Amino acid sequence: MSVATPAVLENEADAAASVSAVAPKGILRTIVTSKRGASALVYLVLIFLACELAGVLTSGGPNVQNLLAVNQGPSIHHLLGTDELGRDLLTRILYGGRSSLVGIAEALGALLIISIPLGVIAGYVGGLTDRIITRGADLVMSIPVIIILLAVLAIFGHSMTTAMIAFGVLGSAGVTRVVRSAALAARSEAFIDAAKVIGVRRTDIIFRHVLPQCRGVIVVQAALFAAIALGVQTGLTFLSLGPAPPAPTWGGMVADAVSQFYVAPWQLVPSGVVIALTVIAFGVLGDVVRDAIADSHSAGVAGGRHRVRRRPDSPRAGAAPEGALLAATGLSVAVGADSAQTFLIKEVSLHVGFGEALGIVGESGSGKSITMKAIAGLLPAGVAVTEGAVWFEGTELTTGGADAYRSVRGRGVSIVTQEPMRALDPSYRVGRLLADLVRSLDGCTRAQARECAIELLGRVQILDPEDVAQRYPHEISGGMAQRVAIAMALAGKPRLLIADEPTTALDVTVQAEILDLLRRLQQDTGMALILVSHDLGVVSEICDRVCVMYAGEVVEVAQASELFDQPMHPYTRALMSANPGSWQGGQLSTIPGMVPSPQDWPVGCHFAPRCGYATDACVREPIILRQVTATDQARCVRAEVLSAELSRTPTEVRQ
Amino acid sequence: MSEPLLSVEGLVVDYQLPRGQLRRALDDVSFNVLAGQTVGLVGESGSGKSTIARAIVGLAPITAGTVTLGGGAAAAPRQSVQMVFQDPYSSLDPTKTIGYSVAEPLRVHHGRELGAQEVRARTEQMLESVGIQASAAKLYPAQFSGGQRQRIAIARALIVKPKLVICDEALSALDLSVQAQIINLLVQLRETHGISYLFISHDLSVVEMLCDEVVVLYRGRIAETGPARAVSNRPRHPYTRGLVAAVPEIDPVARAASRATRERLRKPVAPAPPLEDSCQYRHRCVFATEQCEQSRPALRLTDGPTLVACHRYEEVARDLDEKAESEIPAMTPQS
Repeated sequence: MSVATPAVLENEADAAASVSAVAPKGILRTIVTSKRGASALVYLVLIFLACELAGVLTSGGPNVQNLLAVNQGPSIHHLLGTDELGRDLLTRILYGGRSSLVGIAEALGALLIISIPLGVIAGYVGGLTDRIITRGADLVMSIPVIIILLAVLAIFGHSMTTAMIAFGVLGSAGVTRVVRSAALAARSEAFIDAAKVIGVRRTDIIFRHVLPQCRGVIVVQAALFAAIALGVQTGLTFLSLGPAPPAPTWGGMVADAVSQFYVAPWQLVPSGVVIALTVIAFGVLGDVVRDAIADSHSAGVAGGRHRVRRRPDSPRAGAAPEGALLAATGLSVAVGADSAQTFLIKEVSLHVGFGEALGIVGESGSGKSITMKAIAGLLPAGVAVTEGAVWFEGTELTTGGADAYRSVRGRGVSIVTQEPMRALDPSYRVGRLLADLVRSLDGCTRAQARECAIELLGRVQILDPEDVAQRYPHEISGGMAQRVAIAMALAGKPRLLIADEPTTALDVTVQAEILDLLRRLQQDTGMALILVSHDLGVVSEICDRVCVMYAGEVVEVAQASELFDQPMHPYTRALMSANPGSWQGGQLSTIPGMVPSPQDWPVGCHFAPRCGYATDACVREPIILRQVTATDQARCVRAEVLSAELSRTPTEVRQ
Repeated sequence: MSEPLLSVEGLVVDYQLPRGQLRRALDDVSFNVLAGQTVGLVGESGSGKSTIARAIVGLAPITAGTVTLGGGAAAAPRQSVQMVFQDPYSSLDPTKTIGYSVAEPLRVHHGRELGAQEVRARTEQMLESVGIQASAAKLYPAQFSGGQRQRIAIARALIVKPKLVICDEALSALDLSVQAQIINLLVQLRETHGISYLFISHDLSVVEMLCDEVVVLYRGRIAETGPARAVSNRPRHPYTRGLVAAVPEIDPVARAASRATRERLRKPVAPAPPLEDSCQYRHRCVFATEQCEQSRPALRLTDGPTLVACHRYEEVARDLDEKAESEIPAMTPQS
């Protein structure tokens, strides 16, 4: 097959020219940029400074008594009032805070010094070391903390320092296990293997690559532990197990206030509020960091919290195209709120006839999967159809809400996805999964459903359906799982099967088997098929007609034979010559640059910046999809000229 | 002939399973990579192709056999063999700038003799040679696309001037147009730096294009090996034939031929029996006989430049080729 491409090999460095602007945030930045995190941090810093500067901020010591002003409420002389001996509460809180904060620091220090090295070593080294450390941690976790603390306080003569260090040591067991899991997860990352291959020493791998991966969980655990340590410290001083009176402590102040509760209830407020706020602040810090870690691991859609609405003035696309089983007319899908909408696909129109096989081809970022999800009514939250319509057998689906789709799914339209294993519930046997589905669709008896399930497994050419029906999904291979998923899709005798990258996760030999199966099923049952793939070869194996997508638009639709023989759109041509299968010596043709992300789509032709044939007419205004030949539609203003030119001088252009 | 750069002899790798069981991932695999040569390792998942790479760089335990580096590679093995991994998204540390990641091998091997200035200069030069702007060195992996990350991973592998670069499915996660860019980059770097590649892939068309020699693996054993062109144009082992016929074809004539071959090679799926002292492909092979059950076929020379491990390859070839020829008239339109 000879396909011509523009001579676009020179500017490959352009591929690297544009980089996205999102930098990963450091933990401190994460905290500061979130409102909750920033307030918690500001509060903690203020408390810390106030306690440190207690001598400057207040006059007189924490133990200065004024028996003429006992049990007072807030006043200009005593901002937070006084206690039963007339001591200023603010002064006592600030001085008392010192011992509380020091106590937290001691506990935290002991905790981190023990748990970080042990956790990282256990997780990264594994084996016997891991077993010894985790068993040790289990042992420590089974020790009753409060009894140990009481014993420590008794032995060391009410030394709060010793007690808090002991608390940190006891608490380190749990944190060690958490750090261990983080290090264990990091160990299986490919970049750790990469570092080993490079020859990085083990200690360097731990410090430079493993430890940064655990940073987040360590901060979370430390913040939560600080809150607990404050609680314990306060509790011990409340029970007068800490520094002896009259030394100020937060717990001691609460105890004093409780004894005066009926005389001066206000006294409980200042110390209580400070303790509560400090605990909450540590908790919030931990939460913010944990949320940030969770976000960075989940591929959330930007702006996913906003509701996207159909534009009120959007044309509702008059009527269904005739003779089509399923059709999308002028379908646009966007993400984000009204003011900042980003389109993911724009004015996509396509249709599938009864019994026809349509292929949708495109690279990542082309919008092919979003198109399929929109058609099936499976768009994720925050992403919605803003314009256009989807018709199935003459019924419009997008305005009918969830009910319209529900009436169509299963019986009308079925879907097979890329990862068959995820489509199968691991807790049921294959036969049961199928039988339940058949029953919910047909309402037949258990026995009939079972028979039906076996028959379906036979139809997807499983040699021993009785045996496979007895197995759990994890007991079958990937190829077998995809057959089962197809069998499930066939259960409702759908008139249209949408297969979204059904073979991408499979081996080549298994892929060929699944494609052969899909082709045969389609011919036998007369159902229509939409096959979505990034692979031109896969699509050409089955499809009658092919739709090529690029950067959210349909760029070409044609009969498969026509398309692969005489592509009209420069992108289709370029894609075909970039296929190693079509290589004929010399350098492989490439497309310079990369697919633009939705917010960077040009006004004119989306492919123009990468197209060797682009002219002024291509970039001025949006290009429409138009009929170029009797069977071929293309979104290119120069389609006729180029195809004539290129078919005349194929060898020259191919280079 | 010069001493091979990499020589793998009788390599056996067993993986430890829970409850003390062993799974043989590689069983007596031998091949050489000569200086400047690109050797492809092909096979489906579970064939052991990635295990070979991991055994060479010391990430997998070697049960028996040897991996020998020759030529100029023996002196500094850690530096001479570098690797590019499949997933460009996880093979770069997300917490480090790409400048740090690319310079890391240089610091590990030459940190003492090179100053910070020199390390930075070489890093930037390397980045530019793979098509990434030097000013991008201070950015993080998250700010790059998959193709760009793979360029960065290649820069990291090449910065210590290795003799052999192992590409473990380095193209599989990339889109077609980006894949073509990276293929050209690999070819260009091979010419400018005189490196050898051990190229692991499931994609026969890429292997045919990039490789001089190819090793086809099935269940940890070599099924067929020889010049890449010869193996994909005239496969001899029934497994290789199936593999070649499984490649989706755009061309209608080639597609019909592949389909016909697939049809002839089709056998109902059966679970894989233990390897033992028999042919590892017998349960999937339509030509299998008692002999295939009873003894393991050794690699032997064919009528072409390839070696094949099949007891019956002559009969298989006769059978398939004759049928293919007899079908040619049927495919031409009748007058």
